[in-house]
Amino acid sequence: MMESLFYIAALVALVATVAALTRSNAAHALIYLIVSLLAVAVLFFLMGAPFAAALEILIYAGAIMVLFVFVIMMLNLGETGDIRERQWLRPRNWIVPGVMAALLLLELLLALRHAPTLTSGVAVAPKDVGLALFGPYVLAVEIASMLLLAGLVGAYHLGRRFIVRREGRSN
Amino acid sequence: MTTLWLIPLFPLLSATLLVLSAGRMPRQLAALLGAGSVGLSAICVALVARTYLADGQVQELTLWTWMAVDNFTPRIAFYIDGLTVVMMSVITGVGFLIHLYSIEFLWDDESFCRYFAYMNLFVAAMLLLVMADNLLLLYLGWEGVGACSYLLVGFWYRDPDNGAAARKAFVVTRVGDTAMFLGLLLLYTELGTLDIQPLMAAANSQWQVGDTLPILATALLLGGAVGKSAQLPLHTWLPDAMAGPTPVSALIHAATMVTAGVYLIARNYELFLLAPPTLAAVAWIGLATLLLAGFTALAQHDIKRILAYSTISQIGYMFLALGVGAFASGIFHLMTHAFFKALLFLAAGAVIHCLHHEHNIFRMGGLRRRLPVVFWSFLIGSAALAALPFTSGFYSKDAILLSAWTLPGIGPWLWAGGLLGALLTGIYSFRLVFIVFFGEAHTEPDQQPGWRMSGALIVLCVLSLVGGWFALPLAGVLPDKDHAHVSHAVEFISIGTPLLGLLIAYLLFLGRQVSIASLAESPWGKALQDFWYSGWRIDKLYDALLVQPFKCLAHWWRNEPVDLFYNALVALSRWAHGRLITLQTGELRWYATSLVFGLVLLLAIMLRNAS
Amino acid sequence: MGGLQIPLEHVLLLAATLFSCGLMGLMLRRNIIFMLMSLEVMLNAAALAFVAAGARWQQADGQIIFLLILSVAAAEVAVGLGLVLQIQRRFKTLDMDQVNRLRG
Repeated sequence: MMESLFYIAALVALVATVAALTRSNAAHALIYLIVSLLAVAVLFFLMGAPFAAALEILIYAGAIMVLFVFVIMMLNLGETGDIRERQWLRPRNWIVPGVMAALLLLELLLALRHAPTLTSGVAVAPKDVGLALFGPYVLAVEIASMLLLAGLVGAYHLGRRFIVRREGRSN
Repeated sequence: MTTLWLIPLFPLLSATLLVLSAGRMPRQLAALLGAGSVGLSAICVALVARTYLADGQVQELTLWTWMAVDNFTPRIAFYIDGLTVVMMSVITGVGFLIHLYSIEFLWDDESFCRYFAYMNLFVAAMLLLVMADNLLLLYLGWEGVGACSYLLVGFWYRDPDNGAAARKAFVVTRVGDTAMFLGLLLLYTELGTLDIQPLMAAANSQWQVGDTLPILATALLLGGAVGKSAQLPLHTWLPDAMAGPTPVSALIHAATMVTAGVYLIARNYELFLLAPPTLAAVAWIGLATLLLAGFTALAQHDIKRILAYSTISQIGYMFLALGVGAFASGIFHLMTHAFFKALLFLAAGAVIHCLHHEHNIFRMGGLRRRLPVVFWSFLIGSAALAALPFTSGFYSKDAILLSAWTLPGIGPWLWAGGLLGALLTGIYSFRLVFIVFFGEAHTEPDQQPGWRMSGALIVLCVLSLVGGWFALPLAGVLPDKDHAHVSHAVEFISIGTPLLGLLIAYLLFLGRQVSIASLAESPWGKALQDFWYSGWRIDKLYDALLVQPFKCLAHWWRNEPVDLFYNALVALSRWAHGRLITLQTGELRWYATSLVFGLVLLLAIMLRNAS
Repeated sequence: MGGLQIPLEHVLLLAATLFSCGLMGLMLRRNIIFMLMSLEVMLNAAALAFVAAGARWQQADGQIIFLLILSVAAAEVAVGLGLVLQIQRRFKTLDMDQVNRLRG
């Protein structure tokens, strides 16, 4: 029963991802992507990683995707964007990316052929994660905070200039 | 003793003052400084010579150590023996007369000060050359006179031809100087000193007669002597060096500097005695040079070029003397030659001066009555040059010829060659006299030489006549050949040959008994005359052998063949850049695809290795 | 609380497939927003592989790496979307084939 739940969620994730990447409307694609992320969160939970699953939903599907939504709303692409996207997705354009991706997948499969093993089935509690995080990995936490700070500053900088120029007070 | 250091100091000081004045010094003062400093030196030399003649003691004076590098400590030191006394006397004595003459000759020249600065510097360097106690100091003087020669040949530098002549003189002598410097290095490496007297002692104790090393060392020194003294094959610069003012030709290119090579060999005669092959080479070079120059002098038009070739020829006699071992005779001829050749040059200068810078002898003529002082000077000079009996040249040349005769083996051949040279000398010197001073006048002199010119000429006339009676203080300093027992027939031939030359010249150029024109017009005569006029085409030969290939090479190098490789590298990287740049499309998807392609490839390789 | 015992291969297979899909999207799409989405998919696929490995060995490390990937993704999206806005303003298009001013 639970195993079938896993495979259903995996199927959902795969289908939603493919759909997300082939839609011509950005908003629709984003919804599919969120579905995909939620399905992956289910997988995390089923594999015994409840903390990761929670973060996947909160931050990935929540915060990051909301950012996308905001940007798409700001750009306001509309109907013309959809038509143009559809023109770009003609079958001819699929050949090279399709072949490349298929080759890579094939190679990954070949590499994963060995080691048929099962997951432990024992959950790793958030407490353990927290202990490891602020124990041996405290430096990684610091680095991650630095990275986020850099992202914050970069995003602020890029966004600020955008707004300033929009108002025509510069250049 | 203590006055020794004053001898080169006076001209050096005067040269410095004249240079520092930058040409703004009044002419009277410059003339006084220029000639006076050499005169003072001459007085000092006279004092030194009197001391030496009185006691025969070698005088030495060390001023200071020039430099000290490990064991190599050349000093600024003077060594005065009989040879040096003779050389110093010639340099300062003849030099003073020529300076005196120059005052009048160059009075109207705008570079009067510069002229005397160079001349004084030359005298100082030449004195340093002959007084030096070691070969390095000698080399300093050697290069100093070379530099002054360059400066003075190119004195009238506004004419590019004069600059070219100066460069030629400098470069050709540089070839010999390089050989000489190598010789010095070899001597220092092998014997560990460059001080002349210890060097001779060391050479005598370490080397045997006929060893390879002394032959090599003397051959290299001979290279320097050949270059400086304008002997075959490095003689080509001297005729062109006549581009300088005539007193310069008299002092540098006749009386003193060109005889430095003779001095060098005489000074190192002990070394040369250890190398008989080199000595033989000296004799043959001298003979070949004197004959070649003699024939060439027969066909020249320019009065100074004739004298230049005769100088080459006479230095050939000196080399011949050195080569047969008659060192003292060589130096004797050096001295008498300095007198009569300076006289001839100064007389020629007077002719040129009085005839608006006319050099071509065929546009002169009939000057006997118009310039009597010059005529008599020239006549006496020519007589001495041709070695007519009882002139100074007669004694010295006779000594050389007899010394050659007494040499066993090749001696008679050298003697015969020298005799032919003497005949030629008689012909060309009196050809000059007859053409310039007899016959019809083509150009009228517009002035007479003044008292300075005439005075210098008269003094030199006297010296040319009586110079043969001087007993040089060379006994014990230089070896000489004993030729007291030569048969009278040989002596008579030696005496008679110049007279025969005079007779031939008279017949050809004055008596009109034999038409020189018909001789010169015949095909053979014309070809021969052209051949001799061009100096046996040696300049052309060198041009074809050395200058043209060098120019070719230079032209070739101008295209920078070495850079071809680097240019090819540049072209290759440019080309590769042009190809690679097409990969830089600026398209994000293209980059992503390339990235994936590389990833696929890498994974494929890894999988292949893993399996 | 326990988890499921699932063949690790299957999870990794899913992760590889998701990654390939993301890669294909990256190469296929010309719109910069879709490219960023493809990147998210790829990051997510990598994260899945890490979490699966953590579950296999019953270690917290997998989830910690997931956390790090999460922060990278967050930073990337923040800067990337800022760039998207700039690109739209300057080039009046989101077509990355036209934004090729860096070509050699």
